[in-house]
Amino acid sequence: MIPFDVLVAICLLYVALLFGVAFLAERRAAMGLGGWLRSPAIYTLSLSVYCTAWTFYGAVGYAARSGLEFVTIYLGPTLVFIGWWWTLRKLVRIGRTQRITSIADLISSRYGKSNALGVVVTLIAVVGTTPYIALQLQSVTLSFAVFAPGGAVPWAIRDLNSSALTVAAGLAVFTILFGTRNLDANERHHGVVTAIAVEAVVKLVALLAVGIFVVWGIGGGVTATLDRIETSPLAGMPIQPGRWIGLTFLSAAAILTLPRMFQVLVVENEDERHLATASWAFPAYLMLMSLFVVPIAVVGLAEMPPGANPDLFVLTLPLAHGQDGLATLAFLGGFSSATSMVIVAAIALSTMVSNHIVMPVFLKLTATGATMSGDVRKIVLRARRVSIGGVLLLGYLYYRLSGGSEALAAIGLISFAGVAQFLPALLGGILWRGATRAGAITGLTLGFAVWAYTLFLPSFGQGGVMGAALLAEGPWGIGWLRPQGLFGMDGLDPLVHAMVFSMGANVLGFVTVSLASFPNPMERLQAAQFVNVFDHSAPGQGWSQGRAEAEDLLLMAQRILGPDEAQGLFQRAAADQGKQGFLPDITPEFLQRLERELAGSVGAATAHAMVSQIVGRSAVSVEDLMKVADETAQMMEYSSQLEAKSEELARTARQLREANEKLTELSVQKDAFLSQISHELRTPMTSIRAFSEILMAGDGMGPGEMRNYSRIIHEESLRLTRLLDDLLDLSVLENGQVSLNAQEVALPDLIDRALAATVGLQGGLAIRRDPAAERVRLMTDGDRLSQVFINLISNAHKYCDASAPELTIRVREGRDGVAVDFVDNGSGIPEKSQAIIFEKFSRLSDHRKAGGAGLGLAICREIMARLGGSIVYLPGQGGAAFRVSLPRARAQAA
Amino acid sequence: MGRAPPFLAREGYRRRRLADMARLLPLVGLALFLMPALDARDGLSAPMLIYLFGAWAGLITVSAILARRLCRSGAMDDSDGPQAEGP
Repeated sequence: MIPFDVLVAICLLYVALLFGVAFLAERRAAMGLGGWLRSPAIYTLSLSVYCTAWTFYGAVGYAARSGLEFVTIYLGPTLVFIGWWWTLRKLVRIGRTQRITSIADLISSRYGKSNALGVVVTLIAVVGTTPYIALQLQSVTLSFAVFAPGGAVPWAIRDLNSSALTVAAGLAVFTILFGTRNLDANERHHGVVTAIAVEAVVKLVALLAVGIFVVWGIGGGVTATLDRIETSPLAGMPIQPGRWIGLTFLSAAAILTLPRMFQVLVVENEDERHLATASWAFPAYLMLMSLFVVPIAVVGLAEMPPGANPDLFVLTLPLAHGQDGLATLAFLGGFSSATSMVIVAAIALSTMVSNHIVMPVFLKLTATGATMSGDVRKIVLRARRVSIGGVLLLGYLYYRLSGGSEALAAIGLISFAGVAQFLPALLGGILWRGATRAGAITGLTLGFAVWAYTLFLPSFGQGGVMGAALLAEGPWGIGWLRPQGLFGMDGLDPLVHAMVFSMGANVLGFVTVSLASFPNPMERLQAAQFVNVFDHSAPGQGWSQGRAEAEDLLLMAQRILGPDEAQGLFQRAAADQGKQGFLPDITPEFLQRLERELAGSVGAATAHAMVSQIVGRSAVSVEDLMKVADETAQMMEYSSQLEAKSEELARTARQLREANEKLTELSVQKDAFLSQISHELRTPMTSIRAFSEILMAGDGMGPGEMRNYSRIIHEESLRLTRLLDDLLDLSVLENGQVSLNAQEVALPDLIDRALAATVGLQGGLAIRRDPAAERVRLMTDGDRLSQVFINLISNAHKYCDASAPELTIRVREGRDGVAVDFVDNGSGIPEKSQAIIFEKFSRLSDHRKAGGAGLGLAICREIMARLGGSIVYLPGQGGAAFRVSLPRARAQAA
Repeated sequence: MGRAPPFLAREGYRRRRLADMARLLPLVGLALFLMPALDARDGLSAPMLIYLFGAWAGLITVSAILARRLCRSGAMDDSDGPQAEGP
């Protein structure tokens, strides 16, 4: 046997090596060189904190006592991991997007950032984990005792206690050094994780080495060992189906809910892809860890003297065969198992305690707000360090109290059943939007109470906490309330009994209260984000428009994140908003982002509380909630709004373009009008001036000539007057200044009047009328209307180019009004000109021949518009055709 | 969730079926692991050990193949973070 001092030296060397590894890893990570530190292999190995000293030593003891049952502790996690696509993936995604720092943070954050829940979960976690830490201390101490001077002579209790204290203190120092170096838990503890990965390799190699030595060195090969198993006292040891199923379930729950597992699985996760590797690599690790357990147990039972502690076979078997090196390796393996578990558990618990108990209390005490002076980071870190010390101290005290005598497996299972109480709140939280805070608190409290009553307190033994009478006969002699036989179910195994009742009460309370209660807006917001984490990639709005001062927020963020990081965060946010400097606008998005960053350091509930202290209210408005509550509807609404908006924009643009075109056109028209009008005025003026000059010169001019010239001057001035009259008429009409003299008139009279007025012009134009159809009485301005008719008739006279010109006047009564068509038998108006004939000064043929200024139809159009009707060119009638329409309101049947 | 088309291209279809297999695997595992409880009377024996570890190893192998194919098919692509290959 190797001397005890040498063993201690090796142990210290090993610890120094771990320190070195952790230190180097931290340094590499800080320098950004952490390539292999972030590999799936490290992640998978770090998950091995599941395999504690309970696995390393205890599994063999468990197998020696209960046969195959030990394997259920590894089957449950295997199922959870190969089923990673169901829950683990979602859990890790939620952990990353919400910057979750612990399982208490996850549950508190899911249920509306409720700190009450955070406290409940933290307390249960501490109570559930303390025995487990005690177990690790015990196993390390026992393994030291094996090597103690004197060999077979057991250590005195005092020695055991002092070594347990030393181990606890050493672990506290290591954890504080590497676990509280940085505050942001999401920056991850590279040093610790790497050291744990090294320990994972050591314990696997050690157990495999012992196993190989036992099978091939002692057992004589695989077949021989299998034969030994068949003939051993373990062979045929029956399986209890209840315990088998129950323990598989319990271990599956524990892998999700153990605080230390949550820490390495979710919080320390670097990349979701690592989970894909771990999904098979971690079950493989578990399988290798349990592969040689039965052979070691069987060989140990056969080889070791009766009464030897089967929990220590891993250590004592090699020692008994003089394999000092192997025994030392096994010792280091066990030491690694225990220390890695304690370190991670202490980090996880201290994070929970500082974020959910110390920080809220601190915030309450300094009610003036987080902006007051003092570095919050220091306080958080100090809280964590004290918590780590406290957790280890609790473990040590439990070890002292429980006397360190129980079988290892029992404590482990009690702890598992305790933390399994998180399962309904956890799974319900990520899978069911209807789960509420009240439900979660009820379920957790009920489950925890039943667990404590039926399993935890009785585990201290008769007379420990519960008296023998209480255990045997129930409180006040009420038999059906006996801790280990609720409702008379004494036939069950105590563990299965406790599990069924605690989980039953938990689930029942959780579901019933969830269904009956109504969640507050924050809960519903968080529920949507957690349950639909794969859909809601964008963070939901937790803040309505803030009224906070950016400077106050920066002040607070600096205290928690440190000046550099906080300033960087604010600067980036400002840059994203297109601003310069360090103070972004306080938008809801920014508040959300800031809160999430803070949550990575102090947990969601505390971060929320701190931000709301400054912003002044922690409200989610109903509008915000409605927006998030139905993302699909919102997206659809949004996109349809966008569509409508863009359509509206397009419409406006089109209208603008049209208006612009019209304006341009009008301006061109105005120019054309001006030049036209000056031209039209100038032509008669020129001839008037010329002939008046001739007349003035006057000599040698005959009276005939003089009369002729005067006549021309007279005609030209008449033309000028007519033109000016028309222009005046048009401008009066266009400006709407005309006063209409509406009266009842008979249409035939109007047509008669028009024909009579144009009789001098008609010449050879034959008029065709249908007097029967014309018998319509109208309520309109007869003078104006006949002006239109006169214009049309004279046009027909002027422009109809048929050899026997003919004008047909048709009157048609329609549903909407009366239409009067003037159709001649000429060649009509070419299609391209039809659009411009109603414009001013538009004349299709030579204007001399027409003798007008081209204002007639323009005036007609204006008159008809005033009368509420219209005049249009009617194509396809075999000649020029115009339709004058009058609305029904002004047309009445005669 | 966006309005996904009702039918997927071959690649997308494969990916969905791979995910289905990943979901189904733990149920298969559960059935395999509960077998010993059905045969409780016989208890621990060498064949039972061989069966249990054989089933375990088989599950791990299938899970490893599935995980690799899921990663390669891009089913994890909705996750951020750097690319990483298994060891």
